[in-house]
Amino acid sequence: MQIIIETKNLSAYFDNNCVLKNLNIEVFPKEILGIIGPANSGKTTFLCALNRLNYLKPNYFQEGEIYFLGKNIAELSDNELRKKIGIIFALPQVLPMSIYNNIAYGPKVHGIRKKSILDELVEISLKRAYLWDEVKDRLHSPALKLSGGQQQRLCIARTLAVQPDIILYDEPCSGLDPISTAKIEEAMQELKQHYTQILVTNNTKQAARVTERCSFFLMGELIEIDKTSTLFTSPKDKRTDDYIRGKFG
Amino acid sequence: MKSPTTREKVAFIILGIITFFVILPIFLTIFYVAKNSIGTITWEFISQYPRNGMKEGGILPAIIGTIYLIVGTMIFSLPVGILSAIYLVEYAKDNFFTRLIKLSIVNLSGIPSIVYGLFGFALFVIFMQFGTSILAGSLTLAIMSLPVIVTATKEALEAVPYSFREISLSLGATKWQTIRYCVLPYALPGILTGTVLSLSRAAGETAPILFTVAAFYLPRLPRSIFDQAMALPYHLYVISTQVPNMPLQISFATAFVLIILVFLINLISIVLRVHFRKKKQW
Repeated sequence: MQIIIETKNLSAYFDNNCVLKNLNIEVFPKEILGIIGPANSGKTTFLCALNRLNYLKPNYFQEGEIYFLGKNIAELSDNELRKKIGIIFALPQVLPMSIYNNIAYGPKVHGIRKKSILDELVEISLKRAYLWDEVKDRLHSPALKLSGGQQQRLCIARTLAVQPDIILYDEPCSGLDPISTAKIEEAMQELKQHYTQILVTNNTKQAARVTERCSFFLMGELIEIDKTSTLFTSPKDKRTDDYIRGKFG
Repeated sequence: MKSPTTREKVAFIILGIITFFVILPIFLTIFYVAKNSIGTITWEFISQYPRNGMKEGGILPAIIGTIYLIVGTMIFSLPVGILSAIYLVEYAKDNFFTRLIKLSIVNLSGIPSIVYGLFGFALFVIFMQFGTSILAGSLTLAIMSLPVIVTATKEALEAVPYSFREISLSLGATKWQTIRYCVLPYALPGILTGTVLSLSRAAGETAPILFTVAAFYLPRLPRSIFDQAMALPYHLYVISTQVPNMPLQISFATAFVLIILVFLINLISIVLRVHFRKKKQW
């Protein structure tokens, strides 16, 4: 099977604190890979290492390699890489402009100027993020007027509009109500046809519901990675078992 | 023992009285200047040349000169100040050298304006041979305004939430695109209000233009940027100290025109701020 993302001996540091230790992970195309683990176990750092967002922080330092479709990401430019690997942040973060402009922003910075193409991209992205029906009549009203759940789906649509291969989710539902969460999970299932998705979540039940394979991180180490059904029913490591049962973390 | 509500009332009254004493001198100054100049300010006063050893006539050349200086200062200081602030906030790495630059900028705004005047005289008038001219005066005022403009721009940029930059970068935008589309539009109101205020300060300064541009009396308006010019603050200084038997109303009227000019500039800043605040959505 083809591998879309592969990390080799990936270690990451903030100042001298090691937050990721010797990670070797493979991600397959069009799967949903879950990442669970208690706070401070390096989940977000791992996500942000994949599209080099970590380097926005001046005290970040990284060892090892990350391969995207067989190519070392160090050879790609930041904007090329981030166009291919999009991310949804924990809190819905929309820009203070209209719904339409929020979504068109990405394609525009990548050089798409033609209105008809932008219109089409906005519509497709909103439909895929399950938001089209709710906003199609007010595309030009401010995005900040939307509810939290709608804003988060808008963020997904915004990421989709730049036509990435991989979507990273960093606890996308942590601030949302169950109904909004359900809608986002539904969208993720739909998106599986087109995209590879990596989901970091604090909610083990969500990981069990949504993902196909799941990994357990603890203190920057990858403890276990397996099919979700296997990981949740018969984990090999005792620490995974404890975490899933809610004994710590 | 007094009840907490009584104590609260007493505290508020004291705070209110203190605030009143802060604004009192401002209103008294304006009132006093206005009262003493009320009969003198006529259309002739602002549209004619001074006559009879400046004891009669108007102050037109000083008004025009001050406007030239404001425009000149704006041309030289705004682009440099705003662009360097963008560099400092968005691009410069946080190292010893950058911190040194930031610290010097803060300290530069505390330097007395007469020092800028001497510096401008040495650099522009003598060394670069611009002579006492509008060019030299504008450049001196621009250098004096730069620290304020850089600081105001820096604060406006830093007030834009970091998440805007993060979103833009995460979508694959370049750093410049991010600054251009996700930071500058939202920092612009702060930048404009801050910089316009710095111009109003430049308009009222006497010391920096003393040796670099200001003329005691000119029978005609300046024709190029290499000409000397009269300016309101310097004119006021001259007629109040150097001309014997000067009618007091003319000094006060000149002062009042200067106040109005500065007030107009500040008004522009306020209007801009109100206009942009309406648009602000976060």
